[in-house]
Formats: sequence, C-alpha cells, structure tokens
Amino acid sequence: MAKEFIKGNEAIGKAAIMAGLDCYFGYPITPQSEIPEYLAAEMPKVGKVFLQAESEVAAINMVYGAAGTGIRVMTSSSSPGISLKVEGISYIASAELPCVIVNVQRGGPGLGNIAPEQADYFQATKGGGHGNYRLLVLAPDSAQEMADFTMLAFDLAEKYRNPVMILADGCLGQMKEAVEFKKTVRKEYNKDWTIGRGEKDHKVISSIDIEPEKLEQRNLKLLDKYKTMEKEEVLFEEYLCDDADLVLVAYGITSRVARSAVELAREKGIKLGLFRPKTLFPFPKKDIYRVSQKAKKMLTCELSTGQMVEDVKLNSHKDTEVYFYGRCGGVIPADLELLEQAQKVLDGKGVRF
Amino acid sequence: MKTVYEKPKSLNDVHFHYCPGCGHGVIHKLVAEVIDELGIQHKTVGVAPVGCAVFAYNYYNFDFSQAAHGRAPAVATGIKRSKPETVVFSYQGDGDLAAIGTAEIIHAANRGENITVIFVNNAIYGMTGGQMAPTTLVGQKATTAPYGRDPKTMGHPIKVSELLSNLEGVTYIERTAITTPGEIMKAKKAIKKAFQNQIDGAGFSMVEILSQCPTNWGVKPVDGTKFIKEKLQEVFPLGVYKDLSEERKGGK
Ligand SMILES: Cc1ncc(C[n+]2csc(CCOP(=O)(O)OP(=O)(O)O)c2C)c(N)n1
Repeated sequence: MAKEFIKGNEAIGKAAIMAGLDCYFGYPITPQSEIPEYLAAEMPKVGKVFLQAESEVAAINMVYGAAGTGIRVMTSSSSPGISLKVEGISYIASAELPCVIVNVQRGGPGLGNIAPEQADYFQATKGGGHGNYRLLVLAPDSAQEMADFTMLAFDLAEKYRNPVMILADGCLGQMKEAVEFKKTVRKEYNKDWTIGRGEKDHKVISSIDIEPEKLEQRNLKLLDKYKTMEKEEVLFEEYLCDDADLVLVAYGITSRVARSAVELAREKGIKLGLFRPKTLFPFPKKDIYRVSQKAKKMLTCELSTGQMVEDVKLNSHKDTEVYFYGRCGGVIPADLELLEQAQKVLDGKGVRF
Repeated sequence: MKTVYEKPKSLNDVHFHYCPGCGHGVIHKLVAEVIDELGIQHKTVGVAPVGCAVFAYNYYNFDFSQAAHGRAPAVATGIKRSKPETVVFSYQGDGDLAAIGTAEIIHAANRGENITVIFVNNAIYGMTGGQMAPTTLVGQKATTAPYGRDPKTMGHPIKVSELLSNLEGVTYIERTAITTPGEIMKAKKAIKKAFQNQIDGAGFSMVEILSQCPTNWGVKPVDGTKFIKEKLQEVFPLGVYKDLSEERKGGK
C-alpha cells in the first residue's frame, strides 16, 4: 500500500477512525491539538461523534459514560491535561471499561512548556491516579507506530476491558513521516456487560464496593488481569544487543536518537546495542534481565531526570552496572551526545544510577 | 380485583437506606413512576452521583452508570452521544451539581444535551455529614460553617435554576418541592415533562427539587418540610424558569 506523509498526531486520528472509533471527547492542548482538529474534520464525514469538552475532566468522564455502552471511544491530551484526567481514569480502570487515552507528553512539571519530554512515565505506568490500577501503556517511536499502536490499542482495550494509553511525546506528535496505514481485522468481544442496549437484563457500571472484602476481590481481579498482560502482551525491540558491551535502553523519540548513536558507534567499532520497550506496562522485565546479564552494562536514556531507569535497574541482573543519562525541559540530546555518554561509561567514567 | 396502587416496576423490591424524613426516597419513586408511565424502563440509563444517592442503582430497575463526584452530566453526555436511542438522566445533589460539578452542568446545559437532570437541592452535604453546600442559606449552620454561613467570606447560596435558565441551550427548567401531596404531584408533572422532552428530542431539561435533609439540618423528620416552606422557598422560589418544550420538539 502507498505511504502517506503525515504528522504523528494526525496519524493517530486517522488510525483511530480506521479502527472504528465511534466517539472522541477532548480538550485542546499543545502539542496534541492536531488530534482533535483532525477528528473534528473527519468524524462527521463518517457519521461519528466528535465533541470538544469543557475540560479534560469533563472529557474523561464523557469517555467513562460512552465506554460503558461498549462503543469505541478515545480521548487525547498532553501532560497537564492528563493530570486532570487521572481521577476519571481510575474510575474507568476500576469499572473495567475499554478506552484509548493518548498522552502526547510535553515539558513539565507545572505548566512547563510545549516541547517534548518523557517525564510522565511514572504517571502512566505506575497508576497515576488513586488505587491499585494499571494502564496498558504503548510507547510508539515513529509516526508509523503512532498509527499501528492506535489500532492495536483499541483491540487490547476491548480484550482486557482496560484503558490503554499511548504514551507519545511532542516530537512524535509534530513530526511528519511516511506512514502506511495497514487496516487490521477487528476482533469482536463480548458486549453483554454494557449499558444502553435496551435489554431487560439491566447492567450497572460502577466502581464502588462499600464492603471491604468485596473491594478487595475487585482489586485482586484487576491484579489477575495485569498479571495476564505481563505474560502475554509484552512488546520490545532489540537492536545489536547480542555482542554489545553496553546496551542503551530507550523508548519513544529517545530510542530513535539512541539507535543512531548505536550506528555511529558500530562504524567506529564500538559495540553498542539498543533495547527498546514498546510496552511500558507491561514492562519487558524478563528480557531486560536476559540482555543485562549478557551486556554487563546498561545505559538508560530518557527525556526525564530518571524514571524508566528505575524499572531497568529493578529488572537488571544484580551484577549489571546500570547508568542513566537524561535531558529534560524539552531538550533532546543529539546522537553524538549519547555516543559520548556511552563512551564515558565504557571508559569507567560514567555515573552509576 | 382492580389494582389501585402498586410499586413502580422501575424500582427494585429493596429497602432504601435513606434517613428518616429524607427526600431522596420520594424523589426516587416519582422518577420511577414517570419512567413506568412513559414505558421507557428498558431504554433508560440513569447516572448516579457521588452523594447520598450514590447507590441509586440498587433501587432502580434499569441500566445505571455511577459517576465521579460532579461529573454526572459529562457521563450522561457520553452515554447519550454514543447511544442516542437511550433515555439518559443524571440524578445529582447540590454539592455534586452546584459545587464540584459546576462546569459540567453549565456546559451540558449550554450544549443543549438531550438529557434530563434531576437536581436534588437539600442545601447541605448529606453523605459526608452536613458540611456547607453552595446552596446552604445565609446564617444556616453546617459542620464546616458552625457559626452559620457568612456571605462575607462564604458567598451566597447559588440559584442554579435561575443561572441555567439564562443559557440559550436550555429547553426546560422548573423548581419544585416535595413538601405536600400537592407539591409532590407538581414535582412529578415536572419530572414527566423533563423526560418527555428528551423523548421528543426537545433538548436539555432540568427539574430542581427542594428536598428534606432533617438529619443534617438538625430538625425532627416531621419538621423537614417546614424548613423548606419557611426558609428554603424564600431564597429558592418555586416555579417554571424556562420552557421552550413545544418550540423545540424534534430539534435534537
Ligand atoms: C472528588 C471527591 N471529592 C469529595 C468527595 C466526598 N464527597 C462525597 S459526597 C459529597 C457531598 C455530597 O453532597 P450533595 O451533592 O449535596 O448530595 P447529598 O449527599 O446531600 O445528597 C462529598 C463532598 C468525593 N467522593 N469525591
């Protein structure tokens, strides 16, 4: 199929419609506004719902309402807006509703700026809101994966009846790349739990259990689901890790820079490799362990002051040295900068995490 | 034998957990009767608030979605937009609708969402133990206003029906009370109209109901209605605040 030259944000919008998006609810915020703008133009053409909500809080609660009816629903935002959504996300996770949430991360904390950062990793992967819940978190590295992961996200959301987050960043959202939109076959999942079917077996969507024992059961059921995800849904990519003396670990836009650093290094005969998690939850724990055991040295690179590196450290072999290099505030390191950091580590001058 | 009275089919055969003299039970029944009479039980979806009515879905016999505090109009919007053939109503207290959920109610109303809102104004936070509500009267005591509401620092009671009726998107707003059999019948008529409007595609309808909370007002259950008649109605006058039901039929 022919490729289309398209912005990452728009690729998400287009892929969502191809995946059968029925309703979109969102509130403008840079650097993700091309998603609602695209959908505002395109959803009416296919007879679907686009609604600009009065706030991110309202948008996520519209998602909650619509998701209870079993249709395909999505919202998108950027960091500060996601912070506003987390109460609603906790309700959605507890009520076990499928939906897709896009976070095109920007610089923080506070109002920060509109440049790319990866500092919402903790928020995305550790819950973010209150209570024991997890999102399934997909981390695209290109406009192509913005499209592919969006389609995958709707399927995973229905498979697990769980919110799925696409954790992108301002760079991926704004970057134009060639994308092939591959139409996937839509799987059909059981919908007899949904409200609004007009049937006599009435259903309730709720997240409240006053009895402690019942609420504990709800939590344990969720935990079971998360464990299944950890077994079955881990996605990652390994690049030249087999003979590497040092493996860079990076996701999203940073992994693109890291890949380029690995290539530069190899040209010079320096054996670098790249490990790229595609799912941040479930985190590729076993594979980090396996790769770390062989490489002995790992350098995690992020657009943050050190978030994913905690998971890398936690899951690396005990004898493996884990290092960290991060830029933030919207600064993206160049490939040469990462290569320099890698060289430092190999020369024994790196700072252990 | 002729049946002259029976429990609405839209209510389950369970006990209400509400306090003696509380208005929620009466209002639940009125809504259930209306839904039965309109024959819409199986296509109705209720949205429960956070507040004393959080367990409304246990009492009602149709689909329900329990919303986060204040967000019921947004949740109702999500349901109605994804399934326009359903009849969706939110059931909200004054803390839920007029404090934490102010943005959601104003914007659902302003969009003219084709939903029905049942707004139970008891001038207090019931569920959490009698704290001050946005509708608490000047001078009225609450656990977080132990010396009485002082408008200099706490503002005046918010008049939601008056506020919302200024919005273009609103079709029908009426304020009622459940103080006497006559007023209860008026409240029911208003509720029926608010649901009929949705069925007719006439747009956003809200019925505000002044309701008793003797427990948190610190009065005897029998004196609850007295407080409404003598105090609440003075600040929150009953009546129709806006009615474009006829003009807007079929508009949605
Ligand atoms: C985000 C959030 N804030 C606060 C609460 C605590 N809370 C529960 S009910 C309630 C007030 C309810 O009062 P109202 O809406 O007037 O309803 P009533 O109980 O009087 O029927 C509050 C503050 C909550 N559950 N969630």
